[in-house]
Amino acid sequence: MRRIISVLMENEPGALSRVVGLFSQRGYNIDSLTVAPTEDQTLSRLTLTTQGDDRIIEQITKQLNKLVDVVKVIDLTEGAHVERELMLLKVRAGGAQRAEVKRTVDIFRGQIVDVGPAGYTVQIAGDSSKLDAFIATLPESDIVEVVRSGVCGLSRGEKSLRV
Amino acid sequence: MELLSGGDILLRALHDAGVKYLWGYPGGAALHIYDAIFRQDKVDHVLVRHEQAAVHAADAYSRTTGEVGAVLVTSGPGATNAITGIATAYMDSIPLVVISGQVVQDKIGDDAFQETDMIGVSRPIVKHSYLVKRPEDIAETIAKAFYIASSGRPGPVVVDIPKDVTDPNTKVAYSYPEKIKLRSYQPTTKGHSGQIKRAVKHLLAARRPVIYSGGGVIMANGSEQLRELARMLNYPVTNTLMGLGAYPGSDRQFLGMLGMHGTFEANTAMHHADLILAVGARFDDRVTNTPAKFCPNATIIHVDIDPTSISKTIRADIPIVGSCDQVMQEMIDQIAASGKRPDGEAIGEWWQQIDEWRERHGLYTASRYGESGGEIIKPQDVIKTLYKVTEGKAYVTSDVGQHQMFAAQYYLFDDPRKWVNSGGLGTMGYGLPAAMGAKMAHPEADVACVTGEGSIQMNIQELSTCTQHQLPVKIINLNNQALGMVKQWQDMQYGSRYSHILYEDSLPDFVKLAEAYGHVGMKVTRYEDLEPAMRECFALKDRTVFLDVYVDPGEHVYPMHVAPGSMRDLWLSKTERT
Ligand SMILES: Cc1ncc(C[n+]2csc(CCOP(=O)(O)OP(=O)(O)O)c2C)c(N)n1
Ligand SMILES: [Mg+2]
Repeated sequence: MRRIISVLMENEPGALSRVVGLFSQRGYNIDSLTVAPTEDQTLSRLTLTTQGDDRIIEQITKQLNKLVDVVKVIDLTEGAHVERELMLLKVRAGGAQRAEVKRTVDIFRGQIVDVGPAGYTVQIAGDSSKLDAFIATLPESDIVEVVRSGVCGLSRGEKSLRV
Repeated sequence: MELLSGGDILLRALHDAGVKYLWGYPGGAALHIYDAIFRQDKVDHVLVRHEQAAVHAADAYSRTTGEVGAVLVTSGPGATNAITGIATAYMDSIPLVVISGQVVQDKIGDDAFQETDMIGVSRPIVKHSYLVKRPEDIAETIAKAFYIASSGRPGPVVVDIPKDVTDPNTKVAYSYPEKIKLRSYQPTTKGHSGQIKRAVKHLLAARRPVIYSGGGVIMANGSEQLRELARMLNYPVTNTLMGLGAYPGSDRQFLGMLGMHGTFEANTAMHHADLILAVGARFDDRVTNTPAKFCPNATIIHVDIDPTSISKTIRADIPIVGSCDQVMQEMIDQIAASGKRPDGEAIGEWWQQIDEWRERHGLYTASRYGESGGEIIKPQDVIKTLYKVTEGKAYVTSDVGQHQMFAAQYYLFDDPRKWVNSGGLGTMGYGLPAAMGAKMAHPEADVACVTGEGSIQMNIQELSTCTQHQLPVKIINLNNQALGMVKQWQDMQYGSRYSHILYEDSLPDFVKLAEAYGHVGMKVTRYEDLEPAMRECFALKDRTVFLDVYVDPGEHVYPMHVAPGSMRDLWLSKTERT
């Protein structure tokens, strides 16, 4: 099962490599990873997506908690949550295609953030399956370049990850 | 306020952290620190002959005292030489602070002379690590390192210090923090009372219980509680390789070690148990045999300070995160308060069954191994003789191989912290430097290093350290002229095709070698000479003695788990299995 794990950790050099190292050392997968400082500059928030049954996820969260730099860990997928991923794409769009691509971007509530004679740069945010769906609408040969930010998320309601 | 250089601050901080001995080896990046060592007399530096040995010695110092071991090495090769020692300590949860010199910060990343990314190289084998960037940060970092190393589940901490940080020309104020508090690190030490209550209920209802305890009980100084709990319940106790001595080896309730080379009675009792109280043990693969076949009828209570150890390989029915001593004490208190006791009749029957197993195939049944006599010395008899001559009171370190298992099986440790071996990593070369650490900590006690002619050669250079620092340890070399444990596996699984386990007459004359270092060497080839030689060896109080005992090269270690199988599936001899 796909899980989104959020980690609050000390904003120290080396902290990220400990988290990443843990995953490779123990044979867990990381499908996506995003990290940046929070509003409190001494803390970073890292969000990663991984796969595993309950037992593996239990081990992963325990092992993350054991890292000395890690302040708190939650598995967002355990409860209701909001997740977002940002994607930027360069797509070929010339001639008759131009209007077609624009329409699809509108349907996905995306934005065209740069325009060139031969194509667009498109920005789309949403959960990962929405981004996948957008890509699926385009012929492969029209996609010039794709970059995705990796997933970030928050739990819904009162629950929060704070010190 | 007095201003000090980074080097002086480091030494002050080590002293304030309680360090008496600093095991180390100098080099370029550590030179400012070595100059600071020269100018003080509070911390004793012990010069070894290889950085790996420095770490093992500090590790054994820690294991035999409960204090944090301290090491100092230089950058690059000094740091990488320390790696095996750090990994050894990490696997066995031994608290160490390893300080490594590093190239000046300006040069980090330039592939400078003797530059190694020590933080990166050591990352998977440390509990935590620090790179110190300013002299102002040294004292606090050292205080944090000692706190982290020794609290929660202990482990090694690396502190990497670039040379410019210890520059004698930069002086700053010194102050050692009184208390360390880290928002990101607050290990749980007190077990959940509700869980303990549940556990006690199951404990009291058990009909075929076994207490399975490991190194965690020793680390937590929980031996007293283990004894009291086991005795008030009259339950059998087995110890892991790391846990030997936590429960007295010579006690009636002790079943011996469990696991791959554990006793028949311990492994069989585990298999048939309806309740297992695992304390400070981690269901290691050298204990469980095949996890899917592990103890099919048992309810498992698992007490450990490290939540990641619980339900990692074997699912716990009642997990309790906490310090072993505290959790067992609360169990004792709850049982005492309840006024309840286990079902005497059921426990009586269980003991009857266990005693029958003991008699059938126990370590002390007559048929256990062949007889020594004439030119045949059985390795087991060497350990028994060692036990007899030292009256069971010695600190015994060991290397890795058959000799290690014989030592674990036949030296009955009655006290914790007396058996010192590399259990998790299985590091050949551990024994001699470990004996040095134990002897430094306990100068009045007998310290024996049980080793093999293979292992001893991995850190033999430390014989020179023993000379320089007057460490009269006794090296008991079970010389079977082969990498015996590997040979045993080649016998059992590879049709006795002895691939690279023999030395073809290249073994040194250990007697002469010992003498070359200024020690006493003795060689024993006949059984009748064994005990007198052993007595002489220990009578030479102030001398390091190398006792080279030629043992039966054909001997195997039994029992041995049959893999894949359950706990009770054992080879009992070369021909007999359960
Ligand atoms: C550093 C290291 N290298 C290799 C091994 C694998 N190994 C385990 S036991 C053993 C043989 C040890 O021989 P010896 O010290 O003579 O002990 P014996 O088994 O003969 O008693 C070997 C090579 C190891 N444990 N450690
Ligand atoms: Mg040997």
